Amino acid sequence: MSQVVRKYFIDFEKEEAWLNEMSAKGLALVEYSWARYVFEESAKGEYIYRLELLEKDPKEESDYLQFMEETGAERVPAGAPAKAKRTLINQRWVIFRRKASEGPFQIYSDTDSKIKHYQRIHNVYLSLALLELIIGSFNIMLMMLNTSSNIYKINLIVGVPVIILGLFFVWLSLPVRRKIIRLKNEKLIRE
Amino acid sequence: MALSSNNEYGALTEGVYYILLSLLTPMHGYGIMQNVKLLSHQRVELGAGTLYGALSTLVERGWIELLAGGEDSRKKEYQITELGKSIVRSEMTRLDELLTNGRKLLGGEA
Repeated sequence: MSQVVRKYFIDFEKEEAWLNEMSAKGLALVEYSWARYVFEESAKGEYIYRLELLEKDPKEESDYLQFMEETGAERVPAGAPAKAKRTLINQRWVIFRRKASEGPFQIYSDTDSKIKHYQRIHNVYLSLALLELIIGSFNIMLMMLNTSSNIYKINLIVGVPVIILGLFFVWLSLPVRRKIIRLKNEKLIRE
Repeated sequence: MALSSNNEYGALTEGVYYILLSLLTPMHGYGIMQNVKLLSHQRVELGAGTLYGALSTLVERGWIELLAGGEDSRKKEYQITELGKSIVRSEMTRLDELLTNGRKLLGGEA
């Protein structure tokens, strides 16, 4: 019997932790879409879940996914096409799971590769922030240059929310940035 | 997995060190993961993402090479190169120095 849970996460590590908590309770994720998770009953703690932001060209991506399969990990949902949609922001988040009986499951096991993964996430947020801030300021500028005409009020109506959205992405990037700094400091003293 | 840009003296990560040692025998990715775990008595568990990144970097550097597999073989097999072997040897010299100095100064046969 499947169970649907509607929930939304900003922090992928919290999402991952939640999926593993659900798995520990005997609910294994089998399918997901925007803020919607479908679970199926399974043995308690049968699977370990991991999330990854992929940034590879399609050829390399299929190479990588095959590599993951070889190591006993499977994509959720099973047999998903190479480009699984997960968020509006980007389409390359993937969820993997592996049977806990095969031992601890981690995608990144050393500091360098963890930093790289966080940096990918950070870059996505920053590019989105930059894009929104540029579009937003452009709208505000247009409005200020054309104070005489009422039609340019539309630029204000468009510009302000877009700028707010841009700031939102900056805000999202901050915790990721802190994690990168923490790992880099760690790397100064140990591998 | 970033490697130091200094091939001669930079320390290898323990993952890379064990990957190179494993590849004295040709192996595919999953085999490497298992072998590294075995060599390190379950201590080093390479993540698949980390291993994948390390393998492409090592091939780029010419420390390991991709073996031409059969047409139907989907799994890629890798093997260490002569350059790779010399890298491992200089790493062993470096580790040896660390151990020798540790034993000399701190004492004890750790």
